[in-house]
Amino acid sequence: MTLSPTRIAIYTLLFAFAALYLLPIYVLVVTGMKSFTEVGLDRMWNFPSGLRFDSFQEAFDSLSKNMGNSFRMVIPATIASCFVGSINGYILTKWKFPGSDIFFFFLLFGMFIPYQSILIPLVQTLQHIHLYGSLWGLVLTHIIYGIPITTLIFRNYYAGVPTELVEAAKIDGASIIGIYTRILFPLSLPGFVVVAIWQFTSIWNDFLFASTVTSNPNTQPVTVALNNLAGSYIVQWNVQMAGALIAALPTLLIYVFLGRFFMRGLTAGALRG
Amino acid sequence: MRWKRILMSFSVLAAALLVVSLVAACGDGGAKKTPTPAGTPGTPGALSGKLEIFSWWTTGGEAAGLEALYKLYPDKCPGDVEIVNATVAGGAGSNARQVLTTRMLGGDPPGSFQVHMGHELTDTWVTTGNMEPLDALYEEEGWNDVFPKGVLDIVSYQGKPYSVPVNIHRANVLWYNKKVFEDNNLKPPTTFDEFFQVADTLKAAGITPLALGDNGIWASAQVMETVLLGTLGADGYNGLWTGDTDWAGPEVTKALETFKRMLSYVNSDHSSLTWDQANALVISGDAAMTIMGDWIEGDYKAKNFTDFGYVPTPGTKGIYDALSDTFGLPKGAPNPDAVMCWLRLVGSKEGQEAFNPLKGSICARADCDTSLFDAYLQSAIADWKTDTIVPSLAHGAAASQGWVADITDAITPFVTDLNVATFQSRLADACSEAKVCS
Amino acid sequence: MDSEASPTAETARGLRLSVPHFIRRLPPERIISLALIVPSAIAVAVFVYGFIGWSALVSVSAWDSVTPDYSFVGLDNFKELFNNFRFQADIRNTVVFTLLFVTSCLLIGLFLAALLDRGIKGEGFFRSIYLFPMAVSFIVTGVAWRWLLAPRSGVNLLLDHAGLGALKQDWYTDPTVVHIMSDSRLGEALHDVGLGWLASSNFGIPLAMISVVIAATWQMSGFVMILYLAGLRAISQELTDAARVDGASEFQVLRHIALPLLRPVTLSAMIILGHVSLKIYDLVVAMTQRGPGFATDVPALFMVETTFQASHFARGAAISIVMLLSISVLVIPYLFWSLRREARV
Repeated sequence: MTLSPTRIAIYTLLFAFAALYLLPIYVLVVTGMKSFTEVGLDRMWNFPSGLRFDSFQEAFDSLSKNMGNSFRMVIPATIASCFVGSINGYILTKWKFPGSDIFFFFLLFGMFIPYQSILIPLVQTLQHIHLYGSLWGLVLTHIIYGIPITTLIFRNYYAGVPTELVEAAKIDGASIIGIYTRILFPLSLPGFVVVAIWQFTSIWNDFLFASTVTSNPNTQPVTVALNNLAGSYIVQWNVQMAGALIAALPTLLIYVFLGRFFMRGLTAGALRG
Repeated sequence: MRWKRILMSFSVLAAALLVVSLVAACGDGGAKKTPTPAGTPGTPGALSGKLEIFSWWTTGGEAAGLEALYKLYPDKCPGDVEIVNATVAGGAGSNARQVLTTRMLGGDPPGSFQVHMGHELTDTWVTTGNMEPLDALYEEEGWNDVFPKGVLDIVSYQGKPYSVPVNIHRANVLWYNKKVFEDNNLKPPTTFDEFFQVADTLKAAGITPLALGDNGIWASAQVMETVLLGTLGADGYNGLWTGDTDWAGPEVTKALETFKRMLSYVNSDHSSLTWDQANALVISGDAAMTIMGDWIEGDYKAKNFTDFGYVPTPGTKGIYDALSDTFGLPKGAPNPDAVMCWLRLVGSKEGQEAFNPLKGSICARADCDTSLFDAYLQSAIADWKTDTIVPSLAHGAAASQGWVADITDAITPFVTDLNVATFQSRLADACSEAKVCS
Repeated sequence: MDSEASPTAETARGLRLSVPHFIRRLPPERIISLALIVPSAIAVAVFVYGFIGWSALVSVSAWDSVTPDYSFVGLDNFKELFNNFRFQADIRNTVVFTLLFVTSCLLIGLFLAALLDRGIKGEGFFRSIYLFPMAVSFIVTGVAWRWLLAPRSGVNLLLDHAGLGALKQDWYTDPTVVHIMSDSRLGEALHDVGLGWLASSNFGIPLAMISVVIAATWQMSGFVMILYLAGLRAISQELTDAARVDGASEFQVLRHIALPLLRPVTLSAMIILGHVSLKIYDLVVAMTQRGPGFATDVPALFMVETTFQASHFARGAAISIVMLLSISVLVIPYLFWSLRREARV
């Protein structure tokens, strides 16, 4: 197959952009492999003197416990978030009540608030219900603030499911829960994939809630621990960049392996206008 | 359907990760605790429970110093106390302050928290009734005789001290690369005129005279404060914070003009560098001098650089521009007995001798064993005994946090537009906003 | 029967009477459906609207230290805020950042999607590369790009090595704000029509902001690309084939057929990007902080510093309310439009 000039141009462009996109990762990897004395702005592009993994080791030792915390927090939060969004989307599309559109509007608006501004009442409220300082408090926080985006995605997705299916099931005498479990849930998988990937990423990468809701370094997620790796006065850049890569690994892997399902979910209508 | 299988495998993966992380978390449970050996049960005064120490000391010498204190704790405070090392890094404490404020407002104070001596503590937490006075403690421990009067004044409010200083850092130090100076036949400057002569020579030789890294804007505030100090002298400088010196007056104008002139000898990319990245310029010889607090010595050590020299910043010989990390007792702190014992440790000779050599600072106490400290710190200790002590602006001792914020907000545009008149009027406004000037 | 008079019967009748009429008439399905939605409703009511209400309350109060002070001061905090030179810079920066960031993400996303939608070998490979920046947090992005665009390092060094040293920039250390100078001809003309205030640096483009836009676009353009790719794939092949048969070039097909059909995607993307840019914080903190002369300062950063460092809680709350209002201006019309569109369908 001969490549037309257009094709060559296209591939060149694609590779050029790919290089640009990979530039920051190169910085992180190369700096992570340098020793502290080798690190310097003026030596940024130089290869490390050796394939040294000390910084990675040091970063991993400091971060492994907090990675565990992050997993323990993110997985329940993501799963619960998915189901909350799914149920909400189901009700708002197949069981509309007078005012359900306005209700959805108010629900959705919640994702636009600046989270810095609600830190103080959040902490006070979590204190009242005795969840402050624990990972479960963080889980609850993420589930609640994930309600708007997860509901949005599922609502858009279920809007594409023909109402006739639901009507037929109602006539057949299926209950509201039954319709969900037998008809909608099996169809929801692309939606679940999109929501799960999106929520996993945002919750895993969150720093603001993580640093405010949990205070004990034993319970804090990896984003806070990573920030602490940096130090307040003298920054050990090599360890910090190595740590950043390690902390980003789970989400990176998810995008690498599940990225195509993310796309398929979007094609299936999860985030269309 | 394929989708079903995908969801199944996803759930299995999720469950597996959950199990793995639970196992990892449980297995590694003791990593960050510092358990203390149990005292004899029933010993009167044996402490127990948790002691949460909140700070932004996460790496390097600071973390090492903190660990050294934790190791001494069980001896000084027998019992079964579990120390929780609550730290939040970043921004020379700005992240930590955010978390601390949120916690205090949420009614969850830590046992004790790191805070700079002076108005940072007083105006934020003492005047608002959130800290316990420590005058009784100072009496018991005899600290009124062992801390210099300058420090006692700064940590006190209405005659009572509210925190215990563990260290002293000096902000008015000019560091320079000895080889660069030798190569250019220069002597370290002691006055502003000498500084500008040296700077001109260096500029002509293609070397950046003064390295500045103000990605954290406090670094510029610190340079300005040394210029104010060098121009106004100790009394004039102190008067700025009490309303006795006129911010709108000609002396201050002179200082600001000097500051402006200094900025023309600074590296152009200063806003992209942190202070330690600016220091790298001095180490490599691309720059000759930098004005920074004496924690910079830790940076030189970490980068194996020994050919540095130090002098007080121009015009400030005989003046010690001090800042200190201190610990106090918040009202409603959990386990106050354990906290009080912590404070005793922090203010004790053993505690300060263990902490400061590692941290790279000097004792706040006047009676520490000087042989434990390196050459620079010994010279600092000598100065500490004789110099006039003034509080640092950039590090929370001289002015309230709100006032410091207004000043740094005024410095930010000044560094770019160099408009002294606007700058000075904004500084005068800041003093009025702080209700110190009329 | 005695049951009417027994205590349990009494209670049952009381309960039945206390349940409102309209709920009693609903089929059980309805009740369940509402019950399922109630937890979310309560959660959002408290954690979003309750907290917004608290913020609004604080924004009109005199709370200025760590001790809460709810005394009412009207709109004074807002007046002071809009006269504050830092906040004025923030507003300018937000507008500039939003316009540049949203536009470049849309353009690059569309461009990459159009390139990839052609049966490219290794499409999955390229897609993964463009998409993965989304996996990384804004903090990590900020740190990496801070190094890349540091004038002494990164891209400038590369340009030097490649012999293109003349192209070096000051990136985010550049304090220049490109604006109409008041003594230029345009400036004087504006002055004559009473619009002289437009010729100030508050209405300009801070060059340092461009660096932040680059970092943010790197992070989010892959997401936009995926949206457009899904959208392009959803366009029926027959439509585009028919157009090509009629002699339209690829570019014309894109412009006249695909783009109009992609409008919902563009709007969704604009909303998501828009609200990310209005709330931008982590990236700025990790990359540039406030920047030279506040060139990269943003409201969220000012809000955090003034609240938690300087203890000006009321002023911080006022900034949040302004941020919220500006987001509303963007979002509410879109939501109305999109909900109305659905109702019509």
